Amino acid sequence: MGKHYLPNLAQRDEMLKEIGFSSIEELFSDVPEGMVKEFNLPEGKSEYEVFLELNEVLSKNKTVLEMPSFLGAGTYFHYVPAHVKYLIERSEFLTAYTPYQPEISQGMLQALFEYQSMMAELYGLPVVNSSMYDWGTAIAEAALMSVRLHRGKRKRFVIPKAISPEKKAVIETYTRGANLEIVEVPWDERGQLDIEKLKESVENSAGVYVEMANFFGLVEENVREIGEIAKEAGAYFVVGADPTMLGIFEAPGELGADIAVGEASYLGNPMNFGGPRAGVFAVRNDKKLIRQMPGRIIGMTRDAEGKRAFVMTLQTREQHIRRAKATSNICSNEALVAVASAIHLASLGPKGLRELGEVILKNTAYLKKRLGEVAEIPFEGLYFKDVPARFEKPYSEIHEALLARGIHGGYYIGKHFPELGETALFSATETTRKEWVEVLIEALKEVA
Amino acid sequence: MFRQAKWDEPLIFELSREGRVGYTLPKPIEDVDVEIPEKLRRKSKLGLPELSEPEIVKHYTRLSEMNYGVDSGIYPLGSCTMKYNPKINEEIAGHPGVAYVHPYQDERTVQGALRIMWELEQWLKEITGMDRFTLQPAAGANGEFTGVSIIRAYHLDNEEPQRDEMLVADSAHGTNPASAAMAGFKVIEIPSTEEGTMDLEALENAVGERTAGLMLTNPNTLGIFEDEILEIAKIVHKAGGLLYYDGANLNAVLGKVRPGDMGFDVVHLNLHKTFSTPHGGGGPGSGPVGVKDFLKDYLPVPLVSYDEENDRYYLDYNVPKSIGKVKELYGNFAVMVRALVYLKVMGKEGLKNASEIAVLNANYLTRKLLGTKGYELPGKKLRKHETVFSAEPMKKETGVTAMDVAKRLLDFGLHAPTVYFPLIVHEALMIEPTETVSREEIDAYVEALKRISEEAYNNPEVVKGAPHNTAVRRVDDVLAAKKPVLSWRMYLELKEKGEVDY
Repeated sequence: MGKHYLPNLAQRDEMLKEIGFSSIEELFSDVPEGMVKEFNLPEGKSEYEVFLELNEVLSKNKTVLEMPSFLGAGTYFHYVPAHVKYLIERSEFLTAYTPYQPEISQGMLQALFEYQSMMAELYGLPVVNSSMYDWGTAIAEAALMSVRLHRGKRKRFVIPKAISPEKKAVIETYTRGANLEIVEVPWDERGQLDIEKLKESVENSAGVYVEMANFFGLVEENVREIGEIAKEAGAYFVVGADPTMLGIFEAPGELGADIAVGEASYLGNPMNFGGPRAGVFAVRNDKKLIRQMPGRIIGMTRDAEGKRAFVMTLQTREQHIRRAKATSNICSNEALVAVASAIHLASLGPKGLRELGEVILKNTAYLKKRLGEVAEIPFEGLYFKDVPARFEKPYSEIHEALLARGIHGGYYIGKHFPELGETALFSATETTRKEWVEVLIEALKEVA
Repeated sequence: MFRQAKWDEPLIFELSREGRVGYTLPKPIEDVDVEIPEKLRRKSKLGLPELSEPEIVKHYTRLSEMNYGVDSGIYPLGSCTMKYNPKINEEIAGHPGVAYVHPYQDERTVQGALRIMWELEQWLKEITGMDRFTLQPAAGANGEFTGVSIIRAYHLDNEEPQRDEMLVADSAHGTNPASAAMAGFKVIEIPSTEEGTMDLEALENAVGERTAGLMLTNPNTLGIFEDEILEIAKIVHKAGGLLYYDGANLNAVLGKVRPGDMGFDVVHLNLHKTFSTPHGGGGPGSGPVGVKDFLKDYLPVPLVSYDEENDRYYLDYNVPKSIGKVKELYGNFAVMVRALVYLKVMGKEGLKNASEIAVLNANYLTRKLLGTKGYELPGKKLRKHETVFSAEPMKKETGVTAMDVAKRLLDFGLHAPTVYFPLIVHEALMIEPTETVSREEIDAYVEALKRISEEAYNNPEVVKGAPHNTAVRRVDDVLAAKKPVLSWRMYLELKEKGEVDY
């Protein structure tokens, strides 16, 4: 099957003859004897049969549209305006390759330049690449970059203990080859990064990473001070931020970040069971930093007639030129995810991004207040999206009871953070409905 | 003659008018009073554009009209396998059961998603001859890093920490040495012979007790099948190294030959090349990695497993020596869905047909173009899915370079081939038509290359001045690197200083 994708199947013998071959086998005469084999695979099907089959399989998933969801912990249900999806499905964007030929790819190049520009506004840093795979790999690349900036003489990278286990695992795998020492700084009794402990770990570190809201959803109060401590120790300051915060919270660049990272797919993209995503990677306008950046960068220039044009630039950092000495191995990135994110941002504008942040902040505060009726909130403070709730019963029992009532409950974090006991993260965004919270709290009152 | 749209489309920031909005938002579910501490509240300017929805739609529609995709015409970028992206893939990937599913949902509520991943793995195992796959890597390079990290973990586990050298062919993709270096290896390049295949003598001399492995693509980047692959495998294995398959060129042997049968131990695939998922102007891709049984304990977590007794699919974290994670969560799921749809439509026969026609098309193009003045074919004549010509004679005789030829092709509405790669061929034009273009499109491509040859010898200026018919004329990439303008913010600063006039 699949003949409808293969125009020349009907002219196969004719074409073979025309170029002097008697059979297809002759085209494969350079393959060692006996290596061509019959595969044990199913027969192809009609498009209709595949359509039916996949629809049936996918309907086994219980989506967040069918069951109220409070899952967050690094992946969030945001609403994507219809026109965003419509625009990125334009086949000239969707089916294009990396814009190696700029003259015929101006559309994608300009769209990516605009993505870089909008993220530069959000993060307060003027140089942004055209995406990494996700937030986690962006942190890992920032760690490697900070070590390169120290010419390998410093190999320690400091991260908060209150970080997503996903991200931490990625950082560890990515930095093993370069022999980095990843040091975790614990949280204090208020859930904030422990400044005294940071001071003990920061010495001789290449970089210090902190998030504007930590894994527990708690807004980090001392970002600027943490940056000062990092800089005093000669370390680069890397700040992680959810872009949906940045309409109301100060830009990482203004808080002292040398490098900022985040997750672009929170805007303009559905959750897709966790992927694709797109990592934001931004740096100060400093030649030293720019030269060490990973990933593709789009620049503005002019064409032979002096007209404005866009092109992939500063490519001597990249693998196809520098090979083993490249700043990163990344080639394919998440361009279309980044463009979707930019279209959503352009639609929101400054006012919309502010409003979105405020709605999330208020919904989170409401969720926290209500959760406080049935569980213990381990830390006081300001929360964005995620809220930890500690229960007396094992959370697995609560989870079962919520599932039985048709609710996607919280994300259990006790496994990764045993010191927090039976704690789960519950999350709110602009998509959270009041009646969902009602149903959740009622259910928790019964079972918790 | 082709004419691409030439909108004088301003930057979206330049279209901004105060007060316009392109969104609607739900109100907060309760008007709770929340105070952001003074020192954290945003005070700096948020310079996002302000536009209404219809203006945004027009802006991006115009931009799309100044872009060329597989649906616009032939896109024969060598080593990129720019085949047609079936629309049914998109339809299924847009199902709410893909889009609206959270990765931390209870397994019982994502059985459909897990089954898709599990099924995809079964297909990939049979296609490659590997025993277990991770679908986590986001792209080919991410997959390469995964694969070589597994090789490193394996040697360390066998108490052979001295195996710190990764061998790569001199014709290899740049990602190969870059990924190996990132995983901590020293990279050793193995030269190719005149014929365009790996130099076995050089390989023999390079292997030793420090050899961790060899990264190879077969067919190689010249489109030539490494016919001594079994000998290569023997040399590497005998020295104690492992063999890594870069799946960028799998389309040449899909459904016919399995990397596992060639002696490879680790394989990465590119779902966005071989398995028809769209490339999105640079990504997202997906780069699954398969391994032979003896390496499966090193794969990233989680794997997807099937409990037959209870008919249940689950995320399997029981991978004792796992290298950890190379990306958050489980990989680019929406890309995997598209690839599985493609596989189910194609089936055994369809995949075999696809590679056969891909190889036929590449050889048809090769033979049709062969003998045209200015182009020569280095290495063996018999190609697999792609072919590499050199425009070196043309450059010497007329001053017209491979880049000029590439730019001139754009004028005919034909996408350029990959140029200046592989690095071992001077003035390389690397052409991969794929199986989804028609004979007429290939004929037109050959005609265009012949016409450009005539132009080069009779009227070289028209080629050197190309392109003429695209949205912009030849782009000044030297200026772009010399005076970086990387964002609207940087542009405004430079504009104010009078340093840019575009």
